[in-house]
Amino acid sequence: MVTSITSFGRSGLYDWMVQRVTAVVLVAYAVFMIFYLAFGDELTFEQWKGLFDGTAMRIFTLLALLSMAAHAWIGLWSVSTDYIKPTGARFLFQSVCGLLTFIYVVWGIQILWGI
Amino acid sequence: MLVSVYRYNPETDDAPYMQDIHIDIPGGKDIMVLDLLQLLKDKDPSMAYRRSCREGVCGSDGMNMNGKNGLACITPLSAVVEKDKLVLRPLPGLPVVRDLVVDMGQFYKQYEKIKPFLINDTPAPAIERLQSPEERAELDGLYECILCACCSTACPSFWWNPDKFVGPSGLLQAYRFLADSRDTATRERLAELDDPFSVFRCHGIMNCVSVCPKGLNPTKAIGKIRNMLLQQAT
Ligand code: SF4
Ligand code: SF4
Ligand code: FES
Repeated sequence: MVTSITSFGRSGLYDWMVQRVTAVVLVAYAVFMIFYLAFGDELTFEQWKGLFDGTAMRIFTLLALLSMAAHAWIGLWSVSTDYIKPTGARFLFQSVCGLLTFIYVVWGIQILWGI
Repeated sequence: MLVSVYRYNPETDDAPYMQDIHIDIPGGKDIMVLDLLQLLKDKDPSMAYRRSCREGVCGSDGMNMNGKNGLACITPLSAVVEKDKLVLRPLPGLPVVRDLVVDMGQFYKQYEKIKPFLINDTPAPAIERLQSPEERAELDGLYECILCACCSTACPSFWWNPDKFVGPSGLLQAYRFLADSRDTATRERLAELDDPFSVFRCHGIMNCVSVCPKGLNPTKAIGKIRNMLLQQAT
């Protein structure tokens, strides 16, 4: 057993599962968006705003946003433990990633509910 | 033909170097890379490599031949030589002791970690612990591993984290005991493996499968361990 306190959920299985589930959510969101933009009518501001006014769309978007955050954290954490060997540099990299992720989540929520 | 061999003697060399040697191969038969090494050693007795059984059983002569790991004793020249040239290097990712000889300490440490022995806390029967032919068949494709380290030293995840990632060879053996009907320590074994490194550092690129000289499939075994962990946790 290798202990690790900076991974997402401490258990390898948990991280692995989260990575898979969030990937599915992200694919679903991406496919939805591509279809909406490609096959919908001419996009107007009202229509775009209307889309994000609905509670369902907000839930879906928030889910995708949180999935993105978790997915990115697990992925970048793995990359950093593979390639950045000095502990200080690795910790710095992980801190920057964590901070950026947090900022994006808060910012995303603000945009989503600010419409 | 031209053979380029990795040479390093820490007592006399400042740094490793590649030595180019032109050598005539006796015609008539397709000799093995190990035979070629013997020819090189006849010329230069300081050349160091390991070998023992010379028939793919002991696992001591794992090395990197033209970029691919394998056992020198069962690899014919015709299978690896390209444009009349052969590059021989030690197994990648492990410290070099001398020339083609690597320090396998890290590799064995991972093997030790998975407790490669049968654990059974029920009283021993008078004669032996029996298995049905089906139960025994579960171990096929697992027990044949000769610990040559060709797979683990071809695995990028093992290169980056040889102290934390068990590696394909160790995990194949871990599954060999998880799959054994006579072993009662399944829970403890799985608990030891459920961290972000031991098993889950495998990204399934299957380098291990492509090099295993015994034709084994560590990636499949790793998948089965993952499924066992999943089953236990959900
Ligand atoms: S799985 Fe194959 S390559 Fe790996 S140590 Fe065993 S025999 Fe060698
Ligand atoms: S499949 Fe897994 S164990 Fe095999 S080489 Fe790839 S990362 Fe390593
Ligand atoms: S010498 Fe034993 S496996 Fe090659």
